Amino acid sequence: MQLPRSTLLDAYLRMQRIRNFEERIVIEFSSGEIPGFIHSYLGQEASAVGTCIHLDDDDYIGSTHRGHGHCIAKGADLKAMMAELYGKRDGLCRGKGGSMHIADLSKGMLGANAIVGGSPPLVLGAALTAKTRGNGKVAVAFTGDGGSNQGTVFEAMNMAVVLQLPAIFVIENNGFGEGTAASYACGTPDLAARAAAFGMPAVAVDGTDFFAVHDAVGEAVERARGGGGPSTVETRCPRFTGHFVGDPQHYRARGEVEALRRDGDPLALIRRRLIEAGLFDVEQFDALDRDVAAEIDDAVAFARAAPIPDEADLMADVYIAYR
Amino acid sequence: MPRKTIREAINEALAQEMERDPNVIIIGEDVAGGEGGSSGVEDAFGGVMGVTKGLLPRFGRTRVIDTPISESAIMGMAAGAAVTGLRPVAELMFADFFGVCFDQIYNQAAKFRYMFGGRARTPLVIRSMIGAGYSAAAQHSQSPHSIFTHVPGLKVVMPSSAYDAKGLLIQAIRDDDPVVFFEHKLLYDLADEVPSEPYAIPFGEANFVREGDDVTIVAFARMVHIAAEAADLLEKEGISVDLIDPRTTSPLDEDSILESVRRTGRLVVVDEGNPRCGLAADIAALAAEHAFHSLKAPIRTVTAPHTPVPFAPNLEAAYIPSAARVAAVVREIMR
Repeated sequence: MQLPRSTLLDAYLRMQRIRNFEERIVIEFSSGEIPGFIHSYLGQEASAVGTCIHLDDDDYIGSTHRGHGHCIAKGADLKAMMAELYGKRDGLCRGKGGSMHIADLSKGMLGANAIVGGSPPLVLGAALTAKTRGNGKVAVAFTGDGGSNQGTVFEAMNMAVVLQLPAIFVIENNGFGEGTAASYACGTPDLAARAAAFGMPAVAVDGTDFFAVHDAVGEAVERARGGGGPSTVETRCPRFTGHFVGDPQHYRARGEVEALRRDGDPLALIRRRLIEAGLFDVEQFDALDRDVAAEIDDAVAFARAAPIPDEADLMADVYIAYR
Repeated sequence: MPRKTIREAINEALAQEMERDPNVIIIGEDVAGGEGGSSGVEDAFGGVMGVTKGLLPRFGRTRVIDTPISESAIMGMAAGAAVTGLRPVAELMFADFFGVCFDQIYNQAAKFRYMFGGRARTPLVIRSMIGAGYSAAAQHSQSPHSIFTHVPGLKVVMPSSAYDAKGLLIQAIRDDDPVVFFEHKLLYDLADEVPSEPYAIPFGEANFVREGDDVTIVAFARMVHIAAEAADLLEKEGISVDLIDPRTTSPLDEDSILESVRRTGRLVVVDEGNPRCGLAADIAALAAEHAFHSLKAPIRTVTAPHTPVPFAPNLEAAYIPSAARVAAVVREIMR
């Protein structure tokens, strides 16, 4: 295990923040405090963190409708995130984006995206900016098994290869596009192979294993920073929850989710690996977990207390200048 | 003052803005052309209408970027580049092709600023051709500007002269919001006086093409010239036309239109778009709502019919609003 302890601690904390954040908003949503609807990232934490741990604030990511995990992994402020989900004025998007459009441009997070397959073309543009400026920055397009069937993703992959852009496509294969299984909806189970056919290096990894994601994305990021063009990493990370919070998941066999939580939990895996390596012990993890839980409590308290938008905000920020 | 065609005016605006600001780049299909071909000839196209010719040798492949035929990727890439600091001018060759990439314009670029709480800036220009008249049929001849005008977050520009084309394009490139710049494909060779130095024409300010007292005609792009022809015919009959070219449909210079309608008491709107939920209906409604008591006659519109654009030259000619049709409508409301 060649990673410094500080990086591993950082990775664990980001994963635990995602876990806590997502578990908490299920509760807050179900009690009616959060409007709209919510897509949970539970079970996929290692994919976002194994990717974003390689990125700085001025590298870019484009996300999906299941975007909270990416946002947290990229370093967005938890209080401002929570306030956004609550539709409050102090939210990251001043309460005008919500869960499906949560963005933090100051952190290079170009937005969750409510259009499946919407982000990859945009991420090309961020990669083009980096390439034009020659600054060694990279851009990561997260999409899912569902998004991988969209033409926009095919176009983006081909364009990235043609223009040799510093772009990385992370296909999070969580097993379902809404309520339809990837095994039905994707013509091949090997989504990385599709990307490879566009002419770029592509691998599939266990997306519940932080280290597997870390190594594969690390290689891709290094290649992109060095001018070696785009890559794809398919991270296989079954989601713990339904498509949206409240989805009864009639399409899943009884016991499937329980088995995933028992045997395929990315948090349990990284914890076990770090304990086995002798880098942390159970007490240390428990203390870290308490700290993270307190952060999430603070975020919820902040969101609850934050003011709602002014009615005048309805008309604000359609344009920078109009007439 | 030198006379230049609309094609030359647009080319000059692009070159001058690229010279002024290294963040301005051009992206599109065959904007240079020749990449990878067997002749080794570069800048083989310079755009299918030759509008971007000569920019590649001047600014190089990093700023004049030929792409695969992938409109979603082009529009998305341009939007993503804009929101991260460049000022891309992306070409959507024929406006008809919005059908394969509208999401990136409509759901993405247009909404960034609002849905991210005012924290995004998307200085994107989309140049695209509109208009019938080449027998290019149903998928290369449409004027879908009303659809873009409907979208909050987009600005929509429709120049009718070379002078306006240059000044409005420079404004579009310097503008911090997404702008869709529609070029009418039958107007590229139209020439008028264009200053050599760069200048910007503000959006939302109409051009008063000619002044008259009897009837207000509002028209855009090529229809400005059709309306002017009609005004010539009517002048011989003693009817004077106040012809207004708003130049941008979003923002729209409502004040100038209403002021004119209040003075003349009559309004005809001429538009090459289709009639349902179109620009002509929109402007007619504006006048009905705000200038009703000044009206001496019903508001009339002259538009394309509610059909796709036909191929056969005689049918296409019947599709496009003509000076004769405009003049006939004016005569009706002058009775």
